[in-house]
Amino acid sequence: MSTLAEEIKKPETLNGVERPNANALEHEAIYIMREVAAQFEKPVLLFSGGKDSITLVRLAQKAFWPAKIPFPLMHIDTGHNFPETIEFRDKLVEELGVELIVRNVQDSIDEGKVVEETGKYASRNMLQTTTLLDAIEEFKFDACIGGARRDEEKARAKERIFSVRDDFGQWDEKNQRPELFDMLNGEIEIGQNVRVFPISNWTELDVWSYIQKENIEIPSIYFAHKRNTFLRDGLIWSAEDDVVFRADDEQVEERMVRFRTVGDMSCTAAVESHADTIDKVVAEIRDSRISERGARIDDKRSEAAMEKRKQQGYF
Amino acid sequence: MEVLKIATAGSVDDGKSTLIGRLLYDTKSMTDDKLEAIERTSKQKGYDYLDFSLATDGLVAEREQGITIDVAHIYFSTPSKSYIIADTPGHVEYTRNMVTGASTSQASIILIDARKGVIEQTHRHFFINNLLRVKDVIVAINKMDLVDFSEETYNKIKADFQELMKKRDYQDQTITFIPVSALKGDNVVNRSEHTPWYKGQTLLDHLEELDQKDIYNTGTPRFPVQYVIRPKTDDFHDFRGFAGKVYGGELNVGDEVVVLPSMTRSKIKDIYFYDKQYSTAPRRSSVTITLEDEVNVSRGDMLVKVGDLPTVDKQLTATVSWMDGTDFTPGGKYVLQHGVNKVLAKVDAIEHKIHPDYSGIEENVTALQMNDIAKVRLRLNKPIFYDRFKDHRTNGSFIIIDSRTNNTAGVGFIE
Repeated sequence: MSTLAEEIKKPETLNGVERPNANALEHEAIYIMREVAAQFEKPVLLFSGGKDSITLVRLAQKAFWPAKIPFPLMHIDTGHNFPETIEFRDKLVEELGVELIVRNVQDSIDEGKVVEETGKYASRNMLQTTTLLDAIEEFKFDACIGGARRDEEKARAKERIFSVRDDFGQWDEKNQRPELFDMLNGEIEIGQNVRVFPISNWTELDVWSYIQKENIEIPSIYFAHKRNTFLRDGLIWSAEDDVVFRADDEQVEERMVRFRTVGDMSCTAAVESHADTIDKVVAEIRDSRISERGARIDDKRSEAAMEKRKQQGYF
Repeated sequence: MEVLKIATAGSVDDGKSTLIGRLLYDTKSMTDDKLEAIERTSKQKGYDYLDFSLATDGLVAEREQGITIDVAHIYFSTPSKSYIIADTPGHVEYTRNMVTGASTSQASIILIDARKGVIEQTHRHFFINNLLRVKDVIVAINKMDLVDFSEETYNKIKADFQELMKKRDYQDQTITFIPVSALKGDNVVNRSEHTPWYKGQTLLDHLEELDQKDIYNTGTPRFPVQYVIRPKTDDFHDFRGFAGKVYGGELNVGDEVVVLPSMTRSKIKDIYFYDKQYSTAPRRSSVTITLEDEVNVSRGDMLVKVGDLPTVDKQLTATVSWMDGTDFTPGGKYVLQHGVNKVLAKVDAIEHKIHPDYSGIEENVTALQMNDIAKVRLRLNKPIFYDRFKDHRTNGSFIIIDSRTNNTAGVGFIE
């Protein structure tokens, strides 16, 4: 029987010289992962089951191979997940052999720490912040790795790679540490923690191209499928789940759709699409004329929506 | 895909954000919903043009004051390259942000208002790009529409800038002049009909044609060890991999290396990237290296090629750019982070302050304040393994951390 060590794969050849691929963004992200493991006592990777966090997991695997990922994954579960995402999450964790921590927004609601929003635009997206901050305190995490990207939104464009949060989980955007060359300063006081964004410099297309090239498995809802949906404010919403509020006059219709993000179902709209393979999805994104967060209603609340949520500790 | 990081510098109202917005718009990188938001807000404000600066000025405070106060990162791509623009503010008091943006960039755009020409701010922008040794500098002479696309004005500004270039330290920098109108789109992505006298490239064409060798400063290979990988599994029981990023030049299997600071010699046995082995670790790759011999290596150590040793010393002279609200003073103690290595540093002396507008130096300085640049002497509690900044951009730089606040308080370039 051959051992794992003997099965190490043959390298790629480029111009006759055997060298790793030249994806500068990937090398940067791996460097950041290793800095987290080296500089912090208790890091955690925040895992939502979305494509960005799945990409983070692959990068962490690459950074520490042949050792296991040296930190747990944590899912802040809104209870409003697409069922496909949860199935996917559990399978991935089993394959990786890493610890998964799940903390539920429902518990925060039951404990009276947060109040469920009501009405047409009710969402648990905001409520996640409290559950997250409580979990950070519970486990004394000093670094939380997240999949946020600077191209997603204007306030995120100013976020650092190592972003310090105070005792209250607050982001002080006016007092951020300068980040020079490759040097990452992870020095913090007890009670503070750092949010780490290894794919800060990736765009949505970079992430999709990476998933394509690496042949990474992702939840099925990212691919085009038939779904009962209804229209509101020019956006397409899933009519298959109770958590999405639908008024009686909002008519259900079957459409061929896919999701570009897999956040809280109640605030994640679908897009019409026939892209049912990764190659088609990449081609679609390449030609796309609507930004990814354009389908997230929570950002449209006001121009400063994201910045306000970030100051309060939102990821 | 190739990634090019670009820093921008310009004074308030030189049209930096507009230029970036124009690049996004003309390369069709701006999505419909973002464009609609800009149209809506431009209309609300009563403009008869699209205010592209709205695309980049992210923070509420910035929108209220109508200025950019921090570094923002903007992304666009063409079929051949991905671009990351660090939009850095140009106010006098924000030298720190400009230094930060330039430190991660391979190219830089300096904006000049054609009506104002080369001003004191331009001196500062050029000084910082020179200090940071940014390889490719584009001088975009903007608002050409407001000077009737005058060749004479353009030539006058170019001549003034060339006068300034005589003062620079870093001679290998490539400098290109382009007459543009960011607002109207001339020579940004599309060639202008209004400047038949200009025979050079548009801004985007210039960026597109930059080659890796044009934009990276190369040196000798340095491999600072970030993390030691010891899986201790049955399959990899004796595996001891040294994880890190290669800087300066490439490393190869079989290379004879010295481990610093122990000065132990060994040979590179294997180079891994994930679960594959390679014969070469190119510059800027994050790999894992194993050695032929059992050598004690930990984070902060460095692998270098035999016969190619850096300086190993506890004392150094450096140009420091101070970025903190608390003064930097002789006798002050700080944490110095050199790559991934941290040591304690004490300020021996401030030799002199350097005016970043090329107007000379100032001696007998007792303290440095935010945005000051000075030549200083530092003493360390442990030796670090460094090169001169002019020989090695990565291994010749460090950051200074104030251990009371943990803030990154300054950056240094070793002489």
